[in-house]
Amino acid sequence: MAELEASTTAGARRARPISPHLQIYRPMLTMMMSIVHRITGAALYFGFLLLAWWLIAAASGPNAYANFEWFIGSFIGRVVLFGYTWALLHHMLGGIRHLIWDTLHGFEPAEREWLTLATIVGSITLTVLVWIVGYLAMGGPR
Amino acid sequence: MVEFTLPKNSKITEGKTWPHAEKAGEETAFRIYRWNPDDGQNPRVDTYYVDRNDCGPMVLDALIWIKNNIDPTLTFRRSCREGVCGSCAMNIDGTNTLACTKAIDDSKAPVKIYPLPHQPVVKDLVPDLKNFYAQYASIEPWLHTTTATPEKEWKQSHEDRAKLDGMYECILCACCSTSCPSYWWNSDRYLGPAALLQANRWVQDSRDEATGERLDNLEDPFRLYRCHTILNCSKACPKGLNPAKEIAQLKKAMVDRQL
Repeated sequence: MAELEASTTAGARRARPISPHLQIYRPMLTMMMSIVHRITGAALYFGFLLLAWWLIAAASGPNAYANFEWFIGSFIGRVVLFGYTWALLHHMLGGIRHLIWDTLHGFEPAEREWLTLATIVGSITLTVLVWIVGYLAMGGPR
Repeated sequence: MVEFTLPKNSKITEGKTWPHAEKAGEETAFRIYRWNPDDGQNPRVDTYYVDRNDCGPMVLDALIWIKNNIDPTLTFRRSCREGVCGSCAMNIDGTNTLACTKAIDDSKAPVKIYPLPHQPVVKDLVPDLKNFYAQYASIEPWLHTTTATPEKEWKQSHEDRAKLDGMYECILCACCSTSCPSYWWNSDRYLGPAALLQANRWVQDSRDEATGERLDNLEDPFRLYRCHTILNCSKACPKGLNPAKEIAQLKKAMVDRQL
């Protein structure tokens, strides 16, 4: 023991490296969906800025609202809105998944994979559905 | 804190390709992490060719074969060679597992072997698990009682004993904790799946009388609640345990006691 301490405190040795982690770990669905849950959660901050802009514009009068409509109607605006819809739905389904796990259900190997897959499939499907319904309500793309 | 890259002294370089064995039959390539504390170099990845006709079926057999036949300096821990001691835990083919119970044919060739992730390396495949063991000690893994010690044993019903199934089997190999990104970024404050599974093993034990204190000790934004149910732990466990579920049970116990 004394020998070991002497050799590690001698300063002659190099500091121990950290073994590789993110670089070498095999990406797995549950891990990826956890990261996506984080990313969508962060994206929602920006999404709610969009929502705030909409409400403020609506309260500020026709000119302000026209500006908002111009942006959201543009190609980039629609892409951003589509992304926001998906982030919101994905984060919501992720939240439900975590709620299920909090009740100690869905932890068995097949269940946890199924639940995780359901979040991504569900969020994409719901996003497309919301947009179809939205366009139908507007009477087609404008 | 989240780290996407390795510190300068930990960056991995391309290592040596060792010669094929003489008269080798069917071969499998192994890419193995090497670091020598004495040569002043960065870690590297060496390539070895293992003669499968002369070697057992498991990854540990291959490591021992390499050490005996090609490179005696290759360093790794091993003991029981049957999945009960937990010494040969390492990252094989991208996931943490025990080299002795992982078949070579279950990995894609070349078989990539690294030490357990995000740990200080002592040498080659040997990580320094001091912090891991200290965290285990911090949950005080022994029976706490205040009532007088019975003359014979502390009794437990079969039903209460069954509550410990899925936890008492843990061999503390560290596969789960070192598979967890949350543990990679916060192992100074987050206890990690292994220590938390063990904590739950004592919280659920009907004979233990310190459940409240044990939960108090875990009531902390980091120690317990850095678990984000990423599930790498449950997927890595070579004993087929479910640390994520045990952690969820702890979180539930926290809520239950406030109701």
